[in-house]
Amino acid sequence: MNTSARAKNRNFRWGLLFFLAPVCLWLFLLIVLPHIDLLIMSFRAENDMGDMVWSLSNYRNFFEEPVYWLTYVRTAIYSVLVTFLTFCITLPLAFYITKVVCPRYQGFLTILLLMPFWVSELVRVYGWMILLRESGVVNHFLLKIGLLNQPIEMLYRDTTMVLGLVYTSMLFMVVPLISVLESLDDSLIEAAHDLGANTWSILFKIIIPHATPGIVSGSIVVFMLTLGNYLTPNLMGGKNSLWFTEQIYNQFIASFNWNQGSAFGFLLLIISSLIVWLGLTLSRQKLGKVVQ
Amino acid sequence: MKQKTLCIPLLMLALLIFGFGTVSAETLQLLTWSGYASKALVDKFEAETGITVKVTNSNNEEMIAKLRATRGAGFDLAQPSQDRVQSVQEKYKIYQPIDMSKVDTDQIIPAMLEAVKKNTTVGGKAHAVPFCWGTSGLVVNKKLAPRARDYSDLMNAFYNGRIAYRLKRPTLIGLAFAMGENPFAKYSDPKAYRALMERVGQAMIDAKPFVKLYWTNGDALLEAMRSGEVHVAMAWDGGGWKLFNENSNIDFVAPVSGALGWIDTFAIPAKAKNVEAAYKWINFVLRPQNAAAFTNSQKYGTASRGSLEYLDPSVRDNFVRCFPPIHINNIKWYPPVPAKLEAIEGKILDKVKAAR
Amino acid sequence: MKIDLSVQHVTKTYADFTAVDDVSFQVETGRFFSILGPSGCGKTTLLRMIAGLSEPDSGKIEIRARDMAGIPPNRRPVNLIFQNLALFPMMDVAENIAFGLHRRGEGKAVIHKKVSAILERVDLAGFETKKIEQLSGGQKQRVAIARCLVLEPAVLLLDEPLGALDLKLREQMKVELKKLQAKVGTTFVYITHDQSEALVMSDHVAVMNQGVFQQMDTPQNLYNHPRTPFVARFVGDNNAWAGRVNSSDGKTVSIETNDGFTFQVLSDQSFQPGEPVDLFLRPEAMLIQPDEAIADLNRFEVVVKSLLFDGANSRLLVNPLKTGTELLIALPQNRQYDYVRRDDKIEVGWAKTSGLCFPKIET
Repeated sequence: MNTSARAKNRNFRWGLLFFLAPVCLWLFLLIVLPHIDLLIMSFRAENDMGDMVWSLSNYRNFFEEPVYWLTYVRTAIYSVLVTFLTFCITLPLAFYITKVVCPRYQGFLTILLLMPFWVSELVRVYGWMILLRESGVVNHFLLKIGLLNQPIEMLYRDTTMVLGLVYTSMLFMVVPLISVLESLDDSLIEAAHDLGANTWSILFKIIIPHATPGIVSGSIVVFMLTLGNYLTPNLMGGKNSLWFTEQIYNQFIASFNWNQGSAFGFLLLIISSLIVWLGLTLSRQKLGKVVQ
Repeated sequence: MKQKTLCIPLLMLALLIFGFGTVSAETLQLLTWSGYASKALVDKFEAETGITVKVTNSNNEEMIAKLRATRGAGFDLAQPSQDRVQSVQEKYKIYQPIDMSKVDTDQIIPAMLEAVKKNTTVGGKAHAVPFCWGTSGLVVNKKLAPRARDYSDLMNAFYNGRIAYRLKRPTLIGLAFAMGENPFAKYSDPKAYRALMERVGQAMIDAKPFVKLYWTNGDALLEAMRSGEVHVAMAWDGGGWKLFNENSNIDFVAPVSGALGWIDTFAIPAKAKNVEAAYKWINFVLRPQNAAAFTNSQKYGTASRGSLEYLDPSVRDNFVRCFPPIHINNIKWYPPVPAKLEAIEGKILDKVKAAR
Repeated sequence: MKIDLSVQHVTKTYADFTAVDDVSFQVETGRFFSILGPSGCGKTTLLRMIAGLSEPDSGKIEIRARDMAGIPPNRRPVNLIFQNLALFPMMDVAENIAFGLHRRGEGKAVIHKKVSAILERVDLAGFETKKIEQLSGGQKQRVAIARCLVLEPAVLLLDEPLGALDLKLREQMKVELKKLQAKVGTTFVYITHDQSEALVMSDHVAVMNQGVFQQMDTPQNLYNHPRTPFVARFVGDNNAWAGRVNSSDGKTVSIETNDGFTFQVLSDQSFQPGEPVDLFLRPEAMLIQPDEAIADLNRFEVVVKSLLFDGANSRLLVNPLKTGTELLIALPQNRQYDYVRRDDKIEVGWAKTSGLCFPKIET
């Protein structure tokens, strides 16, 4: 009896191992191994003789050169801002879709919302550029109705870049928000209203606390995607848009300095982990619970 | 029953062989610039040789990074600029020497061939043959900016908000020439070069508010010039001539300090799988008719010796109009870039980009 | 007597049907008022209009003589206990109860005092820091009530709050709720589809069907003197027996049932001879083997089809002789009728005062 149970247990373990092996292999070969390689590379640098030696100079360069760490901080701050704005825009949207609109149109509206994401990010960004450029559609329209005397350049500003990033990220916030708001019982909102709560206290006391796991998981995804985005800041931000990913790219591609690029890559990984950890701590959420 | 069970593996085997057959049909993996392998040329080559051409568009830096990442594998032929071969080859060993016996050298203008051979020689062996050449200079909307004549106009407040250039090394070099310096002379002295580049960088930062955009994509620049958003840009002559065909107000202008002359080459990656196909492509493209077809569409001159007679008159006019002898003689040809300069330039460019 | 809630000619129409149709009623201070009706009768719509969660199309709702038109739910002096209770799972018991007080901006010390006082009142003293999911069904019930009562509303609205409880707990909560209401003295408006809940707890019950109040009365009157066939059927058990009027003199009606029995019923309504009617007989109105000496009984013979034993609520299912009509007859468990067996032929009788007669309604 005992032995057969043990045998069964062993079988189960082998089965588990069998199914987990590809995943582990995949994780190890495609995630862990390259990162170890990058980590090692980030601690190697060329000395004056042109030989590769162990060195912290890649990291020292980062802190000594204001351009690098200013861009780093700027990227992090803007990513947090983008995440927050995305949340502010998508929460009412998700609320409208799940709670206000007639259930018949819910699916339709959700699909409408997801539709732009069927085309690639590049196409979407170019779409925005066609709309906003000086000779673009929006300017043309504003000139036509007489709101402007001469076209203004709407591209290549920080606001435009943030707009593009928010637009690109919306999907990843709206989907978890819709699913978490769908699980919110309407009667909780009505009960709060009945007990004397106005719109704001319903939002802050009932809806947001209920939606926290969805908000946090959406925010993590949006934050990481924004922090790691290359295309949108580069194309929409124009001349002032230095994003940290661009510096990594420059180090790898333009300066041929893979070691410096690896160090930058690791610094980016560190700040994204740090901010995600901070967010989880502040919202008292567990990563395991949030990613479910 | 038995027959059936036999049948299936046989069928699979047949499929497998057939499948492999199509996969192993000869291919040429070509790493090049956009426009260099036009569909017409590729189709003609495929019809002639039966070799499928797979084109990957790129630029100098990415070409080097890609080949460096694979240590010279994944492509059968690359087209770096001649000044970016030597130091890269010394450091990363991503190319193999050119077997000149396989290249139809009679088709190539001897002076260009020799220059490229010399500039790409590592360990006594040449690593590239020339393909095409062109210059970087100004593309100007003459109606809106009639007096733009030199790189310094890229920092001219008069063209506030109408200026575009690439944040790449040619811009730094051009601006350095416009300051009356000769950056090529300082290639061998990194310290002096760094000091010069810092001066150029500072000037660029000071003049940054006048810039409309730092372009990265040639088509995007052409669109911005067409729509009148940009009046003065630093770009390749071919692009300017393309615009001239559409709108005679816009044209290439060889800067007073001298256009920057470049030669793009053929270089064979170290671990190329289909070297034969690479030589076939080189010889095919440099054939006068084919080279002329390339020039007619992209406006860049080639190293092909007999192609002149096949050129459209308008293309010949471009050279005549924009390159009177005084400008031809003033072209600054890029010497090979020594290692380490890229890092210096990269940092300056980062600073310019980050400046407010 | 002061009127806490006054509903006047309230109508609410949705696209394809009228949920509430010209309903009027008043509830005096401190009363336990129930609205009883089958699901879909419009009672929840009516309650939500009183709470302010939806607006009537026409008519007027007054609470303590104040017109409530246009006043949002958070500023009405009424509170609603939801069918599923709607306790906030993200808060503990004390936070749930303090929610409304916080919204009113009351001081921390006051809130703390009020919360412990109300918890004591609903016998949950010391439960402040318990999580909602740690509570039993009955405890949740009481937290929901406490959460509303702590705000001292003019009227407490309850939307079938016992529906989710199991039978035993429901019986117990019925009594508790009634006691609690008596203790706090708040006016309760209670809606339910369970006639027993309504009858046990209420001072007054309104029976609602298809958006209309059928009858509003004390529980006793509803049971004994239903004024419509719907009420007769819906409140308590009733046997309905279709027939036609033979004669009617304004006091006694003679009815011939469709299967051939003739009965006398007292009724102050007058009927045309030949008019189709429904005869309603409560199970307990029928006596088994009545004494020969009792006069004026409608007597007939039945065959026992089965014995439905259910303690004090035991019945006999019978067919009147040679018919397919099914009747339920109360079977008192006083050992007097232990001899009754299946397929027995017995005599049944009922007094003409205990039958009810309504004109047949086309259905």
